[in-house]
Amino acid sequence: MENLLTRHRNVTILVVVLFAEVIGLAVQVKRTTDSDSTRLIRVWTVSVLTPFEKGFVEAHTGVRDLWRNYFYLRGVRNQNRELQEEIARLRLERVRLNEDAAQARRLQLLLGFKEQYISQTMAAQVIGSSGSDVSRLVYIDKGSSQGIKQDMPVITAAGLVGRVLQVFPYSSQVLLINDASSGLGAILEKSRSQGVLKGSAAGETILEKVTGDEQVEAGETVLTSGGDRIFPKGLRIGTVSKVSPGQDFFLNIRVKPAADLSSLEEVLVITRVEEKAPVSEPGRPVRASDILSARLPSVPPKATTASPKTSKVAPSLPVGAPKVRKAALPADAVSGVPALVNNLPKEPVGLVPPRVTIPKDATADRTYIAPDTTVVLGREKQPAHTAKTLPDSGASPVSSSPVKPASKNKPTADTTKPKSPLTQPPDQDKPQ
Amino acid sequence: MAIAYTSREQIEVYRFGMPVAVVVPLLALFLQAFIPLRLHFFSIFDLPLLVTIFFAVARRSQVSGLLNGGVIGLLQDSLTHQPIGLFGIAKTVVGYGASSLGVKLDVENSGSRFLVTFGFYLVHQLVYFAVGRGMVGLTLNWRWGHMLAAAFANAVLAIPLFSLLDRFKQRS
Repeated sequence: MENLLTRHRNVTILVVVLFAEVIGLAVQVKRTTDSDSTRLIRVWTVSVLTPFEKGFVEAHTGVRDLWRNYFYLRGVRNQNRELQEEIARLRLERVRLNEDAAQARRLQLLLGFKEQYISQTMAAQVIGSSGSDVSRLVYIDKGSSQGIKQDMPVITAAGLVGRVLQVFPYSSQVLLINDASSGLGAILEKSRSQGVLKGSAAGETILEKVTGDEQVEAGETVLTSGGDRIFPKGLRIGTVSKVSPGQDFFLNIRVKPAADLSSLEEVLVITRVEEKAPVSEPGRPVRASDILSARLPSVPPKATTASPKTSKVAPSLPVGAPKVRKAALPADAVSGVPALVNNLPKEPVGLVPPRVTIPKDATADRTYIAPDTTVVLGREKQPAHTAKTLPDSGASPVSSSPVKPASKNKPTADTTKPKSPLTQPPDQDKPQ
Repeated sequence: MAIAYTSREQIEVYRFGMPVAVVVPLLALFLQAFIPLRLHFFSIFDLPLLVTIFFAVARRSQVSGLLNGGVIGLLQDSLTHQPIGLFGIAKTVVGYGASSLGVKLDVENSGSRFLVTFGFYLVHQLVYFAVGRGMVGLTLNWRWGHMLAAAFANAVLAIPLFSLLDRFKQRS
């Protein structure tokens, strides 16, 4: 036996080495969680390689920035002009989006939703990769010493990148969303169908578990659903590139990632996500129609003595004008919209009337508020019975509005009192 | 392109200085991890495999070849998120096979280097695929087109790379 082993020494060593490696592999496979037994060798390798990678990346970045910022400035003037135009366009778009966001916040507030906020991120430089197609991951230059923890989401400005898989002292491993072992909850933006986004061996991202009866079109945006409890809801993943029938009545949806996963340079690690109820910002305009639609399902009764003539009053306030805590209309003074007064949120609300149509000689019980009236949330509180209508004098920021008192007999708006709350707790006065 | 049979007396056995034996594999690992970030297509190459083949063929020692391949493979494994040992097993087999071939064949010319690298790349992928799918349960697809293209690319790269590394050879 000894003679045999000596004669086949090389083969024996090969068998022994392979056997040891197979045993080591089997031990790792048997453990379902990430084994600490192999962590040491990973730490050693990463610790040896990452300083060189960091050095190369920093040197490369320095040379590139030097070239771009000081030497290669051709076309910068044109680019600057184009960027200025884009800024102007984006400013306009931002105004619109702010309105939409404010409306969404209000509705969420009414419905008691809780939102997830990305409250803290950390920028990191991509310094390395696995170098293999069977393991699609990258290394970043931030680790546990900088506060990085396992399972933190990683994004770019374009979209989702992946999550932190392993953390080392001064670097971290980020598993990309197109790796075969990656999976996350996703939702289609238009159809709101939810599925599971998985990577494939070929490096594609595929949305699974979407039933075949859903209408999914190429180009539709795919977002994180938040169901995996790792990625916050609403992060952009990518767009649908191809839809085909899959197995078991499910669709096979290929998704093109929004972030360019093959050439990552800088990423953001989401280090803190907070969950809280949306808060209405005091001072932000609130459309009365939103409150009306949310609070008043009933149709207002017809006015009995309304004059057919109406007058346009109170043109829009200039942007940035002081808020008017106004229109604290008592329930009996606003026959059409009693619930507006009684059911407003606890937070004080005032009216900024851009265009309010009020019948001429209208009495208080015939006064109504146009659907496009803007309401501004205020801070001051006053008794709800302090009836106010729209301002009619120069004492108010909306003094140009030729508003006449609704009625001499009925309670009317006090235009000289800008601080007029109109709220009462909803439980005090119910709509009549 | 001819691969000449040689006797043990005819072949030359080379050795390498310790710095070269340590630095070259580490450099190969570093470049393999770093370059694909800038040039994504570079991930089709397997520099650690090429270094394994080169050292195994030049030393012509089976034990040295398999141990060298095993260590390089394990280090490469440690850069991935897969269980450690997949590349280790594959490169151990390749190291043993390449050194065994180096004992019997003259693999000093470009043609033989091309063929040896082409063949051992496929062997490496085959072992990795078998172990990864059969034992670890990884989701791996065997794509012939991709495999042959990658084998060809690595074989082409091996010719200048081996010529470069020839400079570090020391006759024993």
